[in-house]
Amino acid sequence: MKEFAYVRAGSVEEATSAYASHAGARYLGGGTNLVDLMKLGVETPAALIDVTRLPLDAVEELPDGGLRIGAMVRNSDLAAHPLVRDRYPALSQAVLAGASGQLRNAATTGGNLLQRTRCPYFQDLSKPCNKREPGSGCGARDGVHRDHAVLGHSAHCIATHPSDMAVALAALDGRVELYGPEGARRVAAADFHRLPGDRPEQDTEIRPGELVTGVVLPAASAGLPSAYRKARDRASYAFALASVAVVLRVADGVVGHAGLAFGALAHRPWRARRAEEALLGAAPTRAAFEHAVDLELSAARPLRDNAYKVPLARNLAVDVLSRLTDTALTRRAS
Amino acid sequence: MTGSVGAPAERREGREKVSGTARYAAEYHVPGRAQAWPVPAAVARGRVTGVDTAAALTVPGVLAVLTHENAPRLREPDDATLAVLQDPRVPHRGWFVALVVAETLEAARAGAAAVRVAYDAEGHDVALTASHPGLYVPEEANAGAPGLREQGDPDGAFDSAAARVDVVYRVPPLHNHPMEPHASTARWEDGRLTVHTSSQGTNAVRAALAGLFGLPEERIVVTAEHVGGGFGSKGTPRPDVVLAAMAARQTGRPVTVSLPRRYLPAVVGHRAPTLHRLRLGADEDGHLSSLTHEVGTHTSRIKEFVEHAAVPARVMYAAPHRRTVHRVAALDVPSPSWMRAPGEAPGMYALESAMDELATELDMDPIELRVRNEPDVEPDSGLPFSSRHLVECLREGARRFGWAGRDPRPGTRREGPLLRGTGVAAATYPVMVGPSTAAARALPDGTYLVRVNATDIGTGARTVLAQVGADALGVPLERVRIEIGSSELPSAPLAGGSSGTASWGWAVHEACARLARRLAEHTGPLPEQGVEARADTTGTADAESERARHAFGAHFAEVAVDTVSGEVRVGRLLGVYAAGRVLNARTGRSQFVGGMTMGLGMALTEGSTMDAAFGDFTESDLASYHVPVHADVGEIEAHWLDEDDPWLNPMGSKGIGEIGIVGTAAAIGNAVHHATGVRFRELPLTPDRVLTGMLGARA
Repeated sequence: MKEFAYVRAGSVEEATSAYASHAGARYLGGGTNLVDLMKLGVETPAALIDVTRLPLDAVEELPDGGLRIGAMVRNSDLAAHPLVRDRYPALSQAVLAGASGQLRNAATTGGNLLQRTRCPYFQDLSKPCNKREPGSGCGARDGVHRDHAVLGHSAHCIATHPSDMAVALAALDGRVELYGPEGARRVAAADFHRLPGDRPEQDTEIRPGELVTGVVLPAASAGLPSAYRKARDRASYAFALASVAVVLRVADGVVGHAGLAFGALAHRPWRARRAEEALLGAAPTRAAFEHAVDLELSAARPLRDNAYKVPLARNLAVDVLSRLTDTALTRRAS
Repeated sequence: MTGSVGAPAERREGREKVSGTARYAAEYHVPGRAQAWPVPAAVARGRVTGVDTAAALTVPGVLAVLTHENAPRLREPDDATLAVLQDPRVPHRGWFVALVVAETLEAARAGAAAVRVAYDAEGHDVALTASHPGLYVPEEANAGAPGLREQGDPDGAFDSAAARVDVVYRVPPLHNHPMEPHASTARWEDGRLTVHTSSQGTNAVRAALAGLFGLPEERIVVTAEHVGGGFGSKGTPRPDVVLAAMAARQTGRPVTVSLPRRYLPAVVGHRAPTLHRLRLGADEDGHLSSLTHEVGTHTSRIKEFVEHAAVPARVMYAAPHRRTVHRVAALDVPSPSWMRAPGEAPGMYALESAMDELATELDMDPIELRVRNEPDVEPDSGLPFSSRHLVECLREGARRFGWAGRDPRPGTRREGPLLRGTGVAAATYPVMVGPSTAAARALPDGTYLVRVNATDIGTGARTVLAQVGADALGVPLERVRIEIGSSELPSAPLAGGSSGTASWGWAVHEACARLARRLAEHTGPLPEQGVEARADTTGTADAESERARHAFGAHFAEVAVDTVSGEVRVGRLLGVYAAGRVLNARTGRSQFVGGMTMGLGMALTEGSTMDAAFGDFTESDLASYHVPVHADVGEIEAHWLDEDDPWLNPMGSKGIGEIGIVGTAAAIGNAVHHATGVRFRELPLTPDRVLTGMLGARA
C-alpha cells in the first residue's frame, strides 16, 4: 500500500508547522472526501495532518452580533446551532441540503469548503482531467456533462464546486479565516473559490500550507430573511443540479440589500453581483426578480447537455426571492 | 397443515444480520488468506500488447500478478464473460486484464495501480440507436422467448383503426448494485476447491468451476450462506469467483476477490438500454385491434443477451393482430444480463405508458380500457390461464387508492407551485419453477432438519422453506431446522426468475410429506441418526403446463411535480397483487415493497450514461448512480388477493420477487402526465427532463 505519515496536531501552529515539514502533506478533517480520493488514487498525500482535535470546534457569538464558526465544527452541529438557525437560516438550510446525515456528522466546516469536485472524470484515473493532471485534457467537455458548469468555465475545465454550504456563505458575505506560514488572514467567502481559467488544479485562493481556521458571518447579514433552495435528482444524498442562496432586505417598499449566490453552475459559488445591483432600490416584484436574474444568467454558456441549468437556476432564484419578499413583508406587518 | 404457511414469521437470520455476525463471502478469515484486486481495461476495444508487472511486484506485500500470459488455463466456458485472463483481447472497457494478489487489500490495490498495461486500441462503437445498422432479430431473446412473434396483419389493422397511438419510449441502462458487491473466497486443498461466494445459486457456480478447471463436481464445494442482494446480477457466476479460484491455485493461498463498487457496472451485467416503439390501434370503444411492440437493445461482442422487453405484450391484452419483435446490436459494451424482472420491467413500462396514452386518446378511464382488453386466453399462445385476476387487482386497487371520481383532465390540479396527478398501470410476471431436490430428517430429540441448497439473497427463503416444511410435517415451525446455501446440500436451482421458493418449496414439501408418511408407519423410538426422506421434483416441477401461468398486479401512484424545479415526488404508491398464495406475509410484503421502491428508482432517479468517447458507464458509484433513498419514498402499500390456483405447486404460490418493480415506473410516469399534461417518454424523470419538458409545452 501507499504509506503516509500521520500527525495529530494539538494546535494551529503545530498543524501548520507539521505541514511545512512534510512535503506532500494534506490536512485531514472529517475525511469524507479526502479519504475517498485517496482510495481512488486521486489524492496521494505523503502525510496527513489531522486537524480534528484543534480547539476550533465552537460557534461563538461576536461582540458585534456576528458569528465565528470554528473550522472543526461538524456540519450537523453547524446546521443545528440555534444562533445559526435564527440569524442565518440560509446557512443552516444549505448545510442540511448537503450529503447525508452520517456524512454531516463527520464532515467539518473547513473540509466542506475544501472538498473537491465530483466530476466523474476527475475521479477516474484512466481518463484525462486537467484538474487532476494538468495538461491531460478534459474528458467532460465533449463527454457526459449534464451536471457541469454553465458559467465561468474555461477550455480547460467545466467542473462545478459541490458544496451547498459555500453557496450560502457567499450570499451571506461570510469570510473565511486562514492561518499559514505568513500569519492569519481573511478572504471573502465569495472570493475564496476560483474560476478554473488555465489553472483548474487550483480550486481556491488558499496558499500552500494555509489552514482554514474558521468562518465569520457578519453582523450585517444577521437576522435578515435568507433561504437556500436546491434542485437535485433525489430527495437526499445528491449533489445539486442547481441551487441558490438568497439574503434579502426590503425596506420602504424597495430592496435595500440583496445577496444572491448560485451553486452547481460554476467552478465556485456564483455570487450574482449583476443581479444584486439590478435589485438594489427596485420594488420587490416578480418582474424585477426575473429581470435581475436574467441579467445575471445572460452570461451563461451552456454545454451540449446542460442548458436546462439556466431556466432551473432562474426558477429557483425567482422563487426564493419571491418567498423571502413575502416573509419580509409579513414580518414587517406583524 | 398447522398453519405456518402464510404466517408473518420473522426472518431466522435477522438477529445475525442486524448484529453483524452473519458472515458474507469476503469475511471468511481463513488462515493465510490473501486479497486480490483486479485491473480493468482502459480501452473499449482492442488487444493487450503488454503488461508490465515489474513495479507492481515490488510493492511490499504483493504476491503475484496474474495476466493472460501467466494465469492458469481454463477450459472454454459456456459464458464467455468467465474466460478471464485467457487471451489478450479487450471486448469492452472495464474488462479485467490483470489481477494483483497481495497480503492485504491495500497492498493489492496499490499493486493494481502500479501495473502498466499497453494496448493496441481499435475504434469502438457503444452508441445504440433505433436505426443502428447492426440491429438484427435474434432467434431467441432472454428466457427462451422467440425473438419475433406475429399474428394477423398488425400494420393493416393499425392503419384502419379508429384510435391510434404510435409512440417511442426509451429506458436507459440500469445497474443492479446490490448492497454487497460481488465477492468470493477460494482455497485449494489436496486438489479440492472450496469457495465461499456471493451468489444466487451455488450449484450453478460449482458446475461452472468444474467445467473451467476440469474437475469433477465432487471435488468442489461452493457455499453462499448469506448474500447481500443480487437482483439477478449474481444469478450465474461472475468473474470474481473464477479469479479467486485461479489466484488461489496460482499462489497456493486462500484468496478473496471482492469487487470494488466502481468495477461492478462493467463486469456483473446490467439492464441493457431499450428503445421501444409501440403501435396500438383500437375501435371507438377501446377494443384493441392491433398491437405492435418493437424493442431495440444492445448486447456485447462476446455474449448475446437480449432483454426480452416485447414479451409481456404477448401476455397482457387481447388483440387479433399483433407483432412483438426484438432487435439487438452487438456493440463494444459490457455484457448485459438479468436485472430484476428482465423483459417485464422495461417492457411493461413502455406498454403500460402507451395504454395510458390510448386511454387519453379515447377519453376513457385507463382502468376501463384495460378491463375491455382482458383476454379469455393467453393472446400469444392461446393457452387458458391457470389463474388471472388482473381485473380484480385493478378494481381492488382503485377502491383502496380512491380512484373513483378521478378527474381525468391532465395538468389541472395546481397547489401553489405543485401540480398533482395520479396514475395506474398493470403488472405481470411469469410463473417459473425448476426441478429441485431436498431432504428431511426426523431426529430423536423431536426436531426436524430440512436440507436443500436454496439461497437466501435477502428474500426470507430460509424462513419460508421452514414454514413449508413445518406444514408438510404437521409440526410447529420452531421444531424445524433448515440448512441452505451450500453445494454439499441436496442440489437446487438458483434464486432467480421469482422461481426459488416455488422450486425449493416443492421439493421441501415432497420430502417432508414423505417423511411424515414414513414416521406414521414408524413404531418405537427413532434411531440415533433419525429417519430421513428425500425428494426430487425432476419431471414434475419442470413438466410442461397446460396452462399459461403468470402473476398479475396493479400499481397506483400519486405524484406532485414541482413546476419551479421539475422535481417529482411520489407521495403514495399502492400495489395489489394476485400471485397465488403468499407464503409469509412479512417477507412477502417486503418483496413487494422492495420491488416497488426499485420501480420508483427506475421511474425517477436511476439511469446510467454510456460515455461514447470512452465506452463505459459514467455513473460508477452510489453517489452518482441514484438508487432511491428513504426521503424519496412516501407512503407505500402492498396488498394481495387470496388467489387459489391448482396449477402451480403444492403450496399454491406464484413468484413475488419481481412483480413489484414491473408496473411501478409506468404508474408513476402516467401520474406525471396526469399532473403536468406533458408526456415524458424517456426515463428517468429527473428534474432536467421534467423542467425542460414543461417549459417546452408552455412555449
